[in-house]
Parts: sequence; C-alpha cells; structure tokens
Amino acid sequence: MSTRTDHPNRRLLAVLGASALLLLAGCERPPMQTTQQGFRGTAMQNTENPRIVAAQRAAVPAVPDDTPAPPPVGPKASDIYKNVPLLGDLSVADFNRHMAAITAWVAPPAEGCNYCHVGENFADDGKYQKVIARKMIEMTRAVNGGWKTHVADTGVTCYTCHRGQPVPANVWFKPETPLRNTQSILGNDFGQNRVLQTAGLTSLPYDPYSAYLLGDQNVKVYGKQALPQGIGNGASILHTEQTYALMMHFSKSLGVNCTFCHNSQSFQQWVSPKKVTAWHGIRMERDLNVAHMVPLTDTFPASRKGPTGDVAKVYCATCHQGVNKPLGGLQMARNYAGLQPVALAAAAALPAPLVEPTRTVLYFGVGSSDLAAEQSRGLDTAVTALAAGRARVVLVSGYHSAAGQLAANRELAKQRAVAVRDALVAAGAPAARVQLDKPQQTEANVAGEDPSARRVEVTLR
Amino acid sequence: MEYQNLFSRVQAVGPAHMGVELPAGNSPRDLQPFFVHLLGRLGNAQIGPIYLGPLGLASIILGTLSINIMGLNMLASVNWNPIEFIRQLPWLALEPPKPEYGLRFPPMNEGGWWLLSGALLTVSMLLWWARTYTRARQLGLGTHVAWAFLAAIWLFLVLGLIRPVFMGSWSEAVPFGIFPHLDWTAAFSLRYGNLFYNPFHALSIVFLYGSTMLFAMHGATVLACSRYGGDRELDQIVDRGTAVERMALFWRWTMGWNATIESVHRWAWWFAVLCPLAGGIGILLSGTVVDNWYLWAVKHGVAPSYPAVLGTVIDPGAAMGAKP
Repeated sequence: MSTRTDHPNRRLLAVLGASALLLLAGCERPPMQTTQQGFRGTAMQNTENPRIVAAQRAAVPAVPDDTPAPPPVGPKASDIYKNVPLLGDLSVADFNRHMAAITAWVAPPAEGCNYCHVGENFADDGKYQKVIARKMIEMTRAVNGGWKTHVADTGVTCYTCHRGQPVPANVWFKPETPLRNTQSILGNDFGQNRVLQTAGLTSLPYDPYSAYLLGDQNVKVYGKQALPQGIGNGASILHTEQTYALMMHFSKSLGVNCTFCHNSQSFQQWVSPKKVTAWHGIRMERDLNVAHMVPLTDTFPASRKGPTGDVAKVYCATCHQGVNKPLGGLQMARNYAGLQPVALAAAAALPAPLVEPTRTVLYFGVGSSDLAAEQSRGLDTAVTALAAGRARVVLVSGYHSAAGQLAANRELAKQRAVAVRDALVAAGAPAARVQLDKPQQTEANVAGEDPSARRVEVTLR
Repeated sequence: MEYQNLFSRVQAVGPAHMGVELPAGNSPRDLQPFFVHLLGRLGNAQIGPIYLGPLGLASIILGTLSINIMGLNMLASVNWNPIEFIRQLPWLALEPPKPEYGLRFPPMNEGGWWLLSGALLTVSMLLWWARTYTRARQLGLGTHVAWAFLAAIWLFLVLGLIRPVFMGSWSEAVPFGIFPHLDWTAAFSLRYGNLFYNPFHALSIVFLYGSTMLFAMHGATVLACSRYGGDRELDQIVDRGTAVERMALFWRWTMGWNATIESVHRWAWWFAVLCPLAGGIGILLSGTVVDNWYLWAVKHGVAPSYPAVLGTVIDPGAAMGAKP
C-alpha cells in the first residue's frame, strides 16, 4: 500500500511551490508605503519600502561640526591672516570654524589641514587642492545664492557631495568612444546597447550627461501639438532615447519612480511642482559644470581626471545619493555664512540706480530689503519733483527675483517698497503723497537670481 | 481518458508519409524522412522531406546573410569576444543610421550595414511569402496563410521601410536587437505623446488579446470534444456530428450564442490578421499625420482632464529667455 506522499503530483506541487518561493526571494517583502502625490487614478504615487527608507535614514552619518555660528565679534579674518580673498570678512573665530568644518567634510583624516595647506605657511597656494577648494567655495555660494529654485533654503555645503571624501562618490566623466565606432568598418554601438548601470541596465545611450548637463540639448522631445508642424522636424527617436536615459539617472539618483514628478498619462504635462524643481536642477548642474568644473580642468592632476582627460562633473547623484532630499533635507548651510553669498558679496554687484524723468528704479541685495546708501541717492529726483509740484504723487512698487519661495519673496518685495517709502519720507517727501502700489506680478520672468529683478520702482504721477 | 489530457500521450507511428505528387517542373523534395519521438509529443514525429525550390533557397540564403551581418556587427561591437557576445546578447544591436543622414546611404559603420541587412531581410521575407503562396496553390489549397503572413510583413515594412521613408530619415526605423528594439518602442511612445491614445494601437491590442482568447476558447472546446471526434474538424464541417452539436450547445448555454465550427476559424483568422494590420496603421500615422497622440485625444475629447490638485504648475522653460 502506497502512502499519499508518494503521489507524483504531490512531489510536483512541492517542487513548484519551492521554485515559486525561490522566485519571490528577489522581492522586497510587503507592506510598502504608498503616498498619493497627484489626482486619484493617475498613479501619481510614491511607493517606498519603509524598512529600506529607515535604513537609509539611519545611514545618514552624523554631520561633523554642525555648531551654530559664533557672534560676529572680534577682528576680521583678513586682519589677521594673509591671502583670504573669499572668507576674509568673517570673524576670526568663525573663519577658523569654517576651516575646521571644511577639513572634516572633505580632507582625509590622516592629512587634515595639510591636505590643502603647505606646511606651516597656510597662505601658500602651492597645492592644487587649495586652489580647487577656493573655487569650490565659490561654487557652493553660487548654488546657495543663485539656485534657490532648486536647493531652496536647505542649501548645500561641501559635505552635501563630499561626505568626508576628497572626491565625491558620485561624479561623472565622458566615456571613451570605442575605437571601433570610428576606425572599424563594423561594430559601431552608437553610444548605446551596453550592460551598464548608467542607463539602468537598459540598452539606452550610456552617456546621456554630456548632451544635457554640459551641452544644452533640449530635454523635451514630445510633439508640441497634436498634428505635426512639418514632417520630420521634431526630435528623433535617438534624441528621445537620450532623454529617456537621462530620466533613468534622475530616477535612480533620487530613489523615486517616474510618477514622482510626472503624470504618466502625458509625461510632458506640468502637473507637479517637483518637475519645476527638477527643471531648475538640470540648469543648475549645467551651470556648475560649465562655469565651475570645466574651467578647473587644468588645475586638477591627471589622476583626478576621466579616461578622456576631462574633469569630474556633477549630476543628480552627486548630491542626492539615492534619496530625493540629500541628507534628509538637513539645513546645514545656514550655519556657515562663508558659504552664503548673501552676507558677504551681496552689496558688491548692485547696478547703479536708474533715474528717469518719471521713474526711478532702485536695486537690492539678495534676500535683502535694506536700501543701500548709494541706491537711496537715486530718490533725489522724486523728492525734488514732489516739492516742485511736478508730480502729484509717487507710487512705490516692490519686486523680487525668481529664486526662492514665492510667498517669502512677495513679503520681501513688500518690505523693499516699505523701505523706499520710509526713505522718501525721511528725505522730506510728504507722507500722504507717497503711496505703496502692489504690482500685479512681483516676480521676475527670468529663472534664478537676476540682479535687475531685485528692485523697487518709484513712478511719478 | 487519453483524450482528456492536455498533453499528447499517444503517438501513432507508421511508415513515413512522402506527400502528394509534385507538379511537373518542380524540383524534387529533399531529405530522407525520419522520426523524432520527442517532437511527436508536441506535433508530428516525422521530419522531412523538405521542398525548398528556387524561392525557398533564395530566401534562406538572403535571410542567412542578413542575420550574419547583424550577428557579426554585434560580435564586433564587443571586440570579437564570444563570451561577452553571449553575456550581452540581449543588449546588442545593429542600429539604423543617425538622424543626420536622412534617407541617404551612410558609411557602412554608420548604419550602412543596417540598410544592407534590412534590405536583404525584406527581400528574403517577400520571397518566403511568394513561397507560401505558390506552395499553397500547388497543393490546391486556398492562400489564407500567405495573406495572413503578408499582414505581419506589412507591420515589418511599416516599421523599417514605409514610415522611415515618409519621415525622411532611416533613423526612425527599429534597430535589430532584443532590448534595443524594446527601448525603441518605449521611446516611440514617449516621442509621440503616449501611444495609449492612438486608436489604432488600441484596436491592435484588442485583436491581439482577442486572438489569444479565441485561441484558448477554440482549443479548449475542440480538446474537450475530442472523445466524440471533435478534433476531426473538417469532417465535422461537412458532416456535423454530436461533437459539434455539443460544442455549439455548450457555448449557447454559457454565453447565449456560438460561432459555428467553420466560422470560428474565420474569427481567429481575422483577429490575427487585423492585429498587425491595425498596428501598422497606428505606427504609420505617428509622426506623419499625428505628432502627439495625447494632445490629439484631448482635442477629440478622448482623454480626460484632471483637476490641478497640486496647484497651477507652469513650465519654467516657457518663461522669456530661459535655456531649454
């Protein structure tokens, strides 16, 4: 008499069950956490594995030296130290705090200060690392000041990318073009079709960065209208595949899927503000690569360069490193005035006030509603015109640049207008004849930080 | 009981069947027939004799040449390393020329091989089509298989020849490669504003899924009635027996209506043929007549519009002076 377990179908079932379990071994176990991020039914949701997210949070290292800034008292760094063109306006205490922080953020612990400095003479620019470090402080300032559209008030520090390493873990170089693409009679891979993580293991182009993050190739590839505007005028399929590959990098670098920014019903639509942030991110990376990294090509030694001798360049992964908010959105930069352009370089580059017979335009520093003395001199015409009766009233309207949060900027524009009204009254204009006039649109049309947008217009009526 | 099994459990083994007499002027059939038991479990155990003839021979030679061009280019792209060739095979491809060449003939390593390989494959396929047509005629059959095959060739020609010519660029065509042609498909949908909104794409999918459903329904019905002789379908067509009566009754009971034993094959044939036919039209219209299927669908009230729950989001690129 045979037992039931001998039945061949039972064994088959057991084998099938075991193989099914094996197949599932590659999966993450439920439950997942799904956050709705758009209208219902559009699949605009972000799905996260709470266990992986928790591990990522735990893996964010304690930030070295995140102490609040000391009060700006005592002598300036430039009074004590030589060759401090960027950070000379900091107090000595704050300057030393900056240097200690940068060392902890970037330099290998074994080398410390000597990673950038030559022996005892700290003013010496002999090491290339020091030259680069100075340029990188400028770059950090450019991000924190000029690219608030992408980094908002979180800002970045050296640590955002470096994480204690002399070279950030995620940078990109141009890949070598295989010889067969140019010198052989067959085997051209057209820059794609490789088993590489770059394109997320697809066969999409493996260098989508050069075209978009160095060059200004248009990311948009879809048809702009329902019907073609001349056949063959739009983006090619190859161009589309390049954009697709760039988007794979976005997705991987931020640890999100397409619907984080897009309604997949129509990828071209602007439904999520996150897509706007990403749009500015592309321009920021392009700006940082072109204006800051590429000019340093000759400063770096060959060992720091890519296979074709190009400089290391930034892309999304450089800061994001797998999470959609680098370092969990930690606002490190606010404690380091030296990494902010506002405190130090603001007043320097203001245009002279524009004075016309019926209109005066005064300019302001980044994030500031303080009217500089040389700007307020532009008000003389308005005050004289009021006194002489050539104008019945003056209208004061405040404006702001496109960088930063809109609500805060509107308030800033208003405060600028108030500052100018007070200055007019202080200069002798009758208060009743000075009126605040809120413009319909206070924001500049140009993205980013535009000095000519941070202004107050005084119109004579 | 044997008839109820989903897999063939019996094989009738007899002397090799040499086929009907060939018409005068035809070259003889080649290959001494032999039997493979394992193949008999899936279909007929007898292999051969084969008739190639001039059309078949020319088709096989050109097709082999074409596949070799693709394979050698792929092998060259991994520096002639056979191990890498196997490892990366799904990623490798022979790519069409870049957009800047338009419809001109580019240097061989810039897409020339793709054009040559595609031309050879096209001729090879058309010759094979002619072969299915003439063989059917020689056997006194209808030409249903040839026309069904032509529907598939239509889609192939739209993708690689007709649409690229209309668009004025070979670069629009599909690369020869496993993943690369899938990436082409995904990029194509993105470029033309989501193929989901292309009605011919939708029709094609209806016929594709419809085909699988019809196939399953028909296969299951015939297998279920094979104990009554239901698998002798042609006999049942001219002399309807209890098997067909039961099939018809089953479907009338379950869904109120039934196809007949003849018409169910017309259903299957049309569904299969309309799948590439409609799909080819959908591809051909993309870029030539419609540039963005989503916007087209919005224009014609097909696509729903959703409320802006995240507030009004404006394309910063639309602002004055912004770089793309």
